[in-house]
Amino acid sequence: MVDRQRLIERMRAVLGPGGVIAERNQLRTYECDGLAAFRVVPALVVLPETTEQVQGAVRVCHEEGVPFVARGSGTGLSGGALPVSDGVLIVLSRMRRILEIDYDDQRAVVEPGVINLWVTKEVAPRGYYYAPDPSSQLICSIGGNVAENSGGAHCLKYGFTTNHVTGLEIVLPDGDLVHLGGKAPDPPGYDLVGAFVGSEGTLGIATKVTLRLLRKPEAVRTLMAAFESADAAGDAVSKIIAAGIVPAAVEIMDALAMEAAEAAVHVHYPEGAGAVLIVELDGPEAECTHQFEEVERLCQEAGSTTIQIAEDDDQRALFWKGRKSAFAAVGRISPDYYVQDGVIPRTALGAVLREIADMAEERGLRVANVFHAGDGNLHPLVLYDGDVEGEEERAEELAAKILFACLALGGSITGEHGVGADKKKYMPKQFTADDLDVMQLLRCAFDPDGRCNPGKVFPTPRLCGETPGKRHVHPAEQPGLVEAV
Amino acid sequence: MREAGPTDAVDGAQPRAVVSPSSTTETAEVLRAAYEGGFRTVVRGGGSKLGLGNPPAGVDLVLSTERLGRVLEHAAGDLVVRVEAGVRLADLQAALAPAGQLLGLDPPEARATVGGVVAANASGPRRLRYGTVRDLLIGITVVLADGTVAHSGGKVVKNVAGYDLGKLFAGSLGTLGVIVEAIFRLHPAPAATAVATAEVAAPGQAGSAVRALLASALVPSAIELDWPGPDGPGTLTVLFEGIGPGVDAQAANTARLLADAGTPGARVLLDGEPGQGGEAGLGGGADRGGEATRAAAALGALPWEAGQLGVKVATGPSGLPGALATVWEVAAAHGLAARATAHAGTGVLRAGLDGGDATTLAAFVNGARERLAPAQAGLVVAEAPLEVKQGVDAWGPVGDALPLMRKVKQRFDPSGLLSPGRFVGGI
Repeated sequence: MVDRQRLIERMRAVLGPGGVIAERNQLRTYECDGLAAFRVVPALVVLPETTEQVQGAVRVCHEEGVPFVARGSGTGLSGGALPVSDGVLIVLSRMRRILEIDYDDQRAVVEPGVINLWVTKEVAPRGYYYAPDPSSQLICSIGGNVAENSGGAHCLKYGFTTNHVTGLEIVLPDGDLVHLGGKAPDPPGYDLVGAFVGSEGTLGIATKVTLRLLRKPEAVRTLMAAFESADAAGDAVSKIIAAGIVPAAVEIMDALAMEAAEAAVHVHYPEGAGAVLIVELDGPEAECTHQFEEVERLCQEAGSTTIQIAEDDDQRALFWKGRKSAFAAVGRISPDYYVQDGVIPRTALGAVLREIADMAEERGLRVANVFHAGDGNLHPLVLYDGDVEGEEERAEELAAKILFACLALGGSITGEHGVGADKKKYMPKQFTADDLDVMQLLRCAFDPDGRCNPGKVFPTPRLCGETPGKRHVHPAEQPGLVEAV
Repeated sequence: MREAGPTDAVDGAQPRAVVSPSSTTETAEVLRAAYEGGFRTVVRGGGSKLGLGNPPAGVDLVLSTERLGRVLEHAAGDLVVRVEAGVRLADLQAALAPAGQLLGLDPPEARATVGGVVAANASGPRRLRYGTVRDLLIGITVVLADGTVAHSGGKVVKNVAGYDLGKLFAGSLGTLGVIVEAIFRLHPAPAATAVATAEVAAPGQAGSAVRALLASALVPSAIELDWPGPDGPGTLTVLFEGIGPGVDAQAANTARLLADAGTPGARVLLDGEPGQGGEAGLGGGADRGGEATRAAAALGALPWEAGQLGVKVATGPSGLPGALATVWEVAAAHGLAARATAHAGTGVLRAGLDGGDATTLAAFVNGARERLAPAQAGLVVAEAPLEVKQGVDAWGPVGDALPLMRKVKQRFDPSGLLSPGRFVGGI
C-alpha cells in the first residue's frame, strides 16, 4: 500500500512544490488525452523540467511501487496517455528546449515537450524542415510523436517518426538513464531506438530526441482533383502509383468530409463532387514538373471532373487546411463521432469503401471518410448522436467492424494513432498469442515490473518471468489499489 | 541435415552438423530440438557475413536458410513483397524488375540473402536515397531459440500496432532468433541514370564538396568517395536516378556546384537516349550499357579483399574528412597500406588494411578506435583474419545501453544458444 502523502512529499523533494499537482480539481485537467471517451484521474501529476527530475520522479515510482504514465501535449487519439488511477502522470510539456541544430549532419536534438512544428520553424530559414507532419503538428509534442510513431500526410514518400529519429536519451522504468543511437548512422548493437519509437510509452520516457532534418525540396506542386466517388479517386491513385510516381502526399476526402471541412475553413470544394483527391509532388524542378503533368493526365483518365492546381503557397496551405481540419470540422455536422484509424493494402481501397458504406447503411449511420490514400491508411469518422438511445453503441460496433474489415483485407487496426487503451482488445485479432508473448519479452527487458504505462497496447498483460500460456491479471490492474493511494 | 565439414566453420568454430529446413514449421522444429539438446546454433544465409562480429564462443549447429528460397507474394500495386529469408537479394531484384520495381538495398556482397542482409543490417551506396533495412522492412517472421514462431508488422507500409520487432532483429546478427520471412516496401525502378564524378585532392576538399551537395536542393541517390591510398587523389561520384531530363539536369548542376565548392573539372556521364538507363547495381537488372549506368554499377565495391582487415567507421557526413585522415595516419604509423571508400552522403567510411601481421592489424584497430572516440565515431571490424579478431573486439564500446541490450538478449534467448559471443559486449 502506498501512502499518498508520502508520495507527494517525495515528489516535491524531487520537483519542488511547483512541479507537483495533487489537488483533485487540478488533477481532473489531466484525466484524458485526445480520446475523451476514456477518463481516469491520476493520483498525482508531476511536471519535470529536466532529465534529472524525470529520473528522480521515475525512481520514486520505482521505489514506491507506483505505476506511471508519460504525457506530452495530450493530443493522442488512442488513449495512450490515459492516466492510471493509482499512478503518477509525468507531463513533459515543460521540457521544451531545442538543444542543438547541426546543419552539416542534418540533425536536431530536442527535448520531448518541443512542439512538432517548432522544429520546422526553427530550421526553415536555413532551408530545412522536419518531415513527419501529423494533423495536430501545431500542438503535438515530439515526445508524443516518438511514443506513437506518428505519421502524417507526407509520410508516403518520407516515412514516419521512426524513420526520422536517430537517437534517444531515455529514462528506464527503474530510473536509469540510457543513451540509444545518436547523430551518426549504424550504431553497433541492437536497434533499441527502433524498438522504442512507437512503443506507446511502455518502455520508458524519452528525455532527449535526435531528429533528422531534411532539405526543403526545390519544387512543390499540389493539385486537388474532384471525382464522382471515392472509388474513382482511388482508381486515380492506383494509376499514379502504377506509373512509378511516388508523390509526397496523396489524400482523399469523401463528400461528407468535404461538407464538414467546407463549413469550417471554406476551401471551395467543387459543387456536387463525391470525393476530392489531393496530390502533392515535390523534388527537383524538372522531375516534379514532368511528373505533375503525368498526374494531371492520369486524374483525367480516371474520370476527374475538375482539377484545381495550387497557384501559390497560400492556396496549397488552404488545400491542406481543409484536409487537416477535417476531424475537428466533423463536429460541425454531427454532435458526436468516432475517429477510426485502419489500414488496408492500398489496392483494396474500393473494396473496403463499399463495405464501409454497406455496413453504415445497415445501421442507419453516416461515415465520413478521410484517408491517406497512398499508404492505405483510412480514417473513417463514424457520426452519431449520443443523445439518441442506442446510437453510440451502434456507432462503436460499426467502428469495430470497420477494423475487422481492414484485417480481413490483410491490413492493420492502426496506422498512426496507436493501440493505446482504445484498441488493445483488438490486438488478438491481428496477432497470435505467441506474437504478443514475444513482444512482451521486449517489454520485460525494459520494464520487468510492468509499471510503465500499464494497461496499454496489450490486452492481457503478463508478469515477466511467467511461462507462456499462463496469464494472470497484473497487480497494477486489480481494482482496490486505487483507493489506497 | 548433414555432418559439418571444415568449410562450415564459423570464424574457427567447428559445428557438428548443418541443417537446412525448408519451411517456418521445420525451422521451428529444428530450433526446438536444438533448444532441448542445448545445441548452439549459428544461422547462415549466403555466408557473406559470417566473418562479421566476434568469433562465436562455440557452435554445434549451422542452420542454413538455403531451402527457404521462395518469393511468397509480390503485391506490385501495393509496392510490397513478402519473401523467405534464404532468397538471394540479386534473385529478388530480378523477380521484381519485370514490374518496374526494386528493393532499395544494394549491399556489395553478391551472395547475400534477404535474411542475411536484414540480420547484418547490410547497406550500399543508395542508402542515401532509400535508407537502410530499418526503413524498408515492414514485417518479419522469426523463430526464437525455443522454437516459438512470432510475427510483427505486416503487409501494409503504415502500421503502428504492437512493437516493431523488425527493427529489433535488423542488425542483430542471429543472436535473438532466426529470421524466416521478411516483408519489404518497394520503390519504382528509375528510368534513367546520370552521374557526375570529380577528383578530390584532400579529405578536407571532399568534405566541402559533400557539404555543398547536401545543403543543395539536389536529390542524389548516392554520394560515393573512393580513395585508393593516402597520397590521393580520391574520386567523388554523385549518382542521380529518376526520369531522363531530371537526372541529366541534376548531374549538370552538380558539376557547377562542385566547381563553386572548390572542386572543378567534374565529368558528367549520361546514358544518352532516354530509356537507356537501367537498374544495374540493384540486383539483376540488365545493364543497358550507358556510360552512367556502368559507372553506377561500379559503385560501392568493398575496399578490401577476402582475408584482409576491413573496418567500417560511421561518423555522419561532417566527421568523414577527419575520420579519413585518422585512418591514413594510424595506418601509416603501423606501416600498413590502406584503401578507403565511403558512402559520403551518409558518412559511412570503409577501409581495407593490408601489409602487416595480426598483431599490427589489431594495433591499428585499437589505435584508430582510440583516436576516433572523441569524435563519437565508432569503428567496427567488418572482416578480419581470425588471428586479428582474437586480439580485438569487433564492435568496440556501445555505451551505457549495453546492460539493456544484455537484458533483451536474456529475454529472447535465455540459454544463450544463438550465435553466442558474436555480438556487442560478448552477447
